[in-house]
Amino acid sequence: MIPRGYRRRKVVNALMLSLTALCSLLTMSILLFILGYIAYQGITAIDWDFLTKLPKPVGETGGGMANAIVGTIKLLLLASLIGVPIGFLGGVYLSEFGHNKFGFLVRYAADLLNGIPSIVMGIFAYTILVLPMRRFSTLAGGVALGIMMIPIALRSTEEFLKLVPASLREASLALGIPEWKTIVFIVIPAAMRGILSGITLDLSRVAGETAPLLFTAFNNRFWSPGWLQPTASLPVMIFTYAISPYEDWHRQAWASGLVLLMLVLIANVSARWILRKQL
Amino acid sequence: MNGTDSLLEIESLNAWFGEVQAVRDITLTIPRGRVTAIIGPSGCGKTTLIRCLNRMHEVVPRARVSGKVLLEGEDLYGPTADPVLVRRRIGMVFQKPNPFPTLTIYDNVAAGLRLTGIRDRRTLSEAVEKSLKMAALWEEVKDSLTKPGTSFSGGQQQRLCIARALAVEPEVLLMDEPCSALDPIATAKIEELIHELKKTVTIVIVTHNMQQAARVSDFTAFLYLGRLVEYDVTDKIFTTPAKKETEDYITGRFG
Repeated sequence: MIPRGYRRRKVVNALMLSLTALCSLLTMSILLFILGYIAYQGITAIDWDFLTKLPKPVGETGGGMANAIVGTIKLLLLASLIGVPIGFLGGVYLSEFGHNKFGFLVRYAADLLNGIPSIVMGIFAYTILVLPMRRFSTLAGGVALGIMMIPIALRSTEEFLKLVPASLREASLALGIPEWKTIVFIVIPAAMRGILSGITLDLSRVAGETAPLLFTAFNNRFWSPGWLQPTASLPVMIFTYAISPYEDWHRQAWASGLVLLMLVLIANVSARWILRKQL
Repeated sequence: MNGTDSLLEIESLNAWFGEVQAVRDITLTIPRGRVTAIIGPSGCGKTTLIRCLNRMHEVVPRARVSGKVLLEGEDLYGPTADPVLVRRRIGMVFQKPNPFPTLTIYDNVAAGLRLTGIRDRRTLSEAVEKSLKMAALWEEVKDSLTKPGTSFSGGQQQRLCIARALAVEPEVLLMDEPCSALDPIATAKIEELIHELKKTVTIVIVTHNMQQAARVSDFTAFLYLGRLVEYDVTDKIFTTPAKKETEDYITGRFG
């Protein structure tokens, strides 16, 4: 005997299943489409010159973006030096000792910081670094990106540490292992994989930030000497080249996009490679 | 109690989780070199009681304790007592096997010694072998000491946790329902192990299973609603209990 509502249940089930599957398929196709299109457009403009030469003067074709590639790497390095230690150590505090009012306030502040538009971060770095130093610089750009990294590094470290089961902490404490050693040698290693992927995601996100660089790192058609001079960076180059009227520049903008993507991918893979040896 | 030498003395112990009181005014003496079982229905405070003995109760936020626990006359809650040092003298095995997932078998057993400052390789490998032998696990794992601790069966993992606790040479081993997540064969192995271990270490075991208490313990304490109802030689508790509640519980009338 077929119970009442059986057909309706089957139909609704089929409908909802297809709907959820469709949405997940859509998400994946959008990603694949973007990746594929960038690769398709960018691959034609990438050659040895693009990776090793400086941009040619306006009007000439060819040249490369070596300065922007190095500039982006320098900016991300500086951003990580600021964002990762502060975010990671703060996250350890929040997860292990932040069960109080102060912890609540820090969490709230981090979420607010995360919600601040990136261009405002740029204005902030402009005010505290560019104005007093009277120059645009890699330093100012790195600081702007570094501050942007803090909230996500902090919150993802905290969340992954919280996922470590209480039974593991208790196992360690019950052996007479002091709390700090429990945190450093038992809890953090158990969460390291997650923490590292959170941080690489964070890095990938700021790698593409353009707005905060416009008036901090600015741009540069030549090599940027040291850390206290304006520098080219891939996102700003993409922006500048994409809105230009030259066909050759459009090609190079696509190529820059592809290189940026590759940089993020390399950071991702090497982070996983570092953790590979761990059990 | 009956001429045995006492090791741990619990005096008017109370324990709370926030406003909820889990242990009410318990006074109890744990004899040296014997197995003491703590039985009682779920939620009667058995686990909380033994977690007070190695100061693990206070690890839970908002938990607190009052009263005294004396280990050879020394108050574990005294002003100079340090929880870290207390836990080195009183080890613990938990309900679910919890080996460190990022460490190998060897490192799991060595963890307690290493992380309390012992670096000498010979001392470590001797201690690892000795502890694994005491936990009756050596023969099964001696060729796979570099495998992760989590790659073994539940019963083996629990014996690994016992070896890990034994490696720091505690005077007392607290076992919190060590067999509740295991099958009957693994359970039998652990019970056999308890008989062997009591020659070298005093054991306090919490158990849900009355047959298990009858099989492994010398003394049994019956807890109900956070209070100690009766405490005596195991045989006496299970044959001629003094209190009506104890009799009702062990004959399966409640709990």
